[in-house]
Amino acid sequence: MAVKNYSAGVKEYRETYWMPDYTPKDTDILACFKVTPQAGVPREEVAAAVAAESSTGTWTTVWTDLLTDLDYYKGRAYAIEDVPGDDTCFYAFVAYPIDLFEEGSVVNVMTSLVGNVFGFKALRALRLEDIRFPIAYVMTCNGPPQGIQVERDILNKYGRPMLGCTIKPKLGLSAKNYGRACYEGLRGGLDFTKDDENVNSQPFMRWRHRFDFVMEAIHKAEAETGERKGHYLNVTAPTADEMMRRAEYAKEIGAPIIMHDYITGGWAANTQLAQWCQNNGMLLHIHRAMHAVLDRNPHHGIHFRVLTKILRLSGGDHLHSGTVVGKLEGDREATLGWIDIMRDSYIKEDRSRGIFFDQDWGSMPGVLPVASGGIHVWHMPALVNIFGDDSVLQFGGGTLGHPWGNAAGAAANRVAVEACVEARNMGREIEKEGKDILVNAAKSSPELKIAMETWKEIKFEFDTVDKLDVAHK
Amino acid sequence: MSDMQDYKSSLSNAESRKFETFSYLPAMNADQTRKQIQYIVNKGWNPSIEHTEPENASGSYWYMWKLPMFGETNVDTILAELENCHAAHPNNHVRLLGLDNYAQCAGASMVIYRGKTV
Repeated sequence: MAVKNYSAGVKEYRETYWMPDYTPKDTDILACFKVTPQAGVPREEVAAAVAAESSTGTWTTVWTDLLTDLDYYKGRAYAIEDVPGDDTCFYAFVAYPIDLFEEGSVVNVMTSLVGNVFGFKALRALRLEDIRFPIAYVMTCNGPPQGIQVERDILNKYGRPMLGCTIKPKLGLSAKNYGRACYEGLRGGLDFTKDDENVNSQPFMRWRHRFDFVMEAIHKAEAETGERKGHYLNVTAPTADEMMRRAEYAKEIGAPIIMHDYITGGWAANTQLAQWCQNNGMLLHIHRAMHAVLDRNPHHGIHFRVLTKILRLSGGDHLHSGTVVGKLEGDREATLGWIDIMRDSYIKEDRSRGIFFDQDWGSMPGVLPVASGGIHVWHMPALVNIFGDDSVLQFGGGTLGHPWGNAAGAAANRVAVEACVEARNMGREIEKEGKDILVNAAKSSPELKIAMETWKEIKFEFDTVDKLDVAHK
Repeated sequence: MSDMQDYKSSLSNAESRKFETFSYLPAMNADQTRKQIQYIVNKGWNPSIEHTEPENASGSYWYMWKLPMFGETNVDTILAELENCHAAHPNNHVRLLGLDNYAQCAGASMVIYRGKTV
């Protein structure tokens, strides 16, 4: 074995961390960063610095380096690629040995990969584009509490997307009025209603009153329609203890599904809650408040496909995915990419969808993508085509804004989704023939007819800020 | 208010009771039914027929009509079994499922004959 001597001082990172001949192991965690360097710094040096600062390295040599086998533990920058259409930055690929990370801890993985390195001075900007979690690491994580098939069996929903609705106004309703809004939506044909993310336990509506009234709404709507219903009871709380207290009460009163905000609430809390849900037969809906702070800037932050993988490992049965067609940001091909990451068991590298690595999830259950935000009945054909059956389509304003109220709004959406699924199954091209399909369905549904008249002209046609990197500039 | 339509649904009105996918649409005609069966066949799913008294429709388990039709791809054969089940239980809901043995979950489920709600 080669003997190393200690010599104090600053070495170039690339001497240690740039390894273009390295072949990544099947057990390595791989990362792709989009790196925007400061002017004049060579790419290899910057890539090596990213590998060093996100793994074992610090800015200077220390004598304790020689007490361990750093060549085993270090992250390795093993490839550099141009970013199509953008000369200001490049992709750096880094391999990390699996032993660098605690088992089952997305907290630990991300503390390394998006830790100090993001403030590193040699970089103008840095974005984590994708991570390949080896199956060996995936197997140490708990994952979604129930998964898509179990959810379908629990709720008796087959062969179509599920329908939800976020209750509005977001804030200010009393618990009883809030329960009324839920009841009306559920009796009209929705599968779920949902707490808005910022509904936690404010003075105008404490969580426990909300839970009680909402459960009464669910029970009555179930008795009336003969169908199974749920409401995402938001248990996001100031402390993990309080979160668990709310979750326990939701279970006690028979709620089938609860909800958590996994970024603002924190990944440790989320993983704890997901494990509890698995042990207690509860479904878990995940909201993603704060994600756009991290994922919207094309040069800096964390791409949503990474946040998607984090959630699948940490655990959740639903995750908001964007709609492509609604009021919120979302490039179509990129969205299709992270929808696959949520649901499929094996996803192949596909740069046309922004997927940089093969990802093997083994038998880890999938997550249902939730399309929510500024969508209404006219979007239904596109939504069914883009998302397919394994999804939750959520119409907030598109249910509650119906001129005849929530029940009519819900019925309009239910008729529309069933008409689109029926037409798709019959081999029709539903995006192209969408208008015809909806107009025909509205003949037997006055609720749908009025909804179509109400929202006819509303579109959201702004250009996407975060596009996939392709040579279009 | 005069243009506004009341949403007719109540505990006392049995017509309010639904039965999941496609139950908010008018009952399918023969041609539409054939195409839905063809969809299940094209997906490679195993057709399975179940029926129930409408008042018991909300449970997970309906009565199986014989065994699932493993490997059956002939739409006429599947239709004939649906008719047999309906003839034997004229007041019951009769549903067709497409069982996806890879997902271990029904890929499709639809009521083909709507029973008399009571």
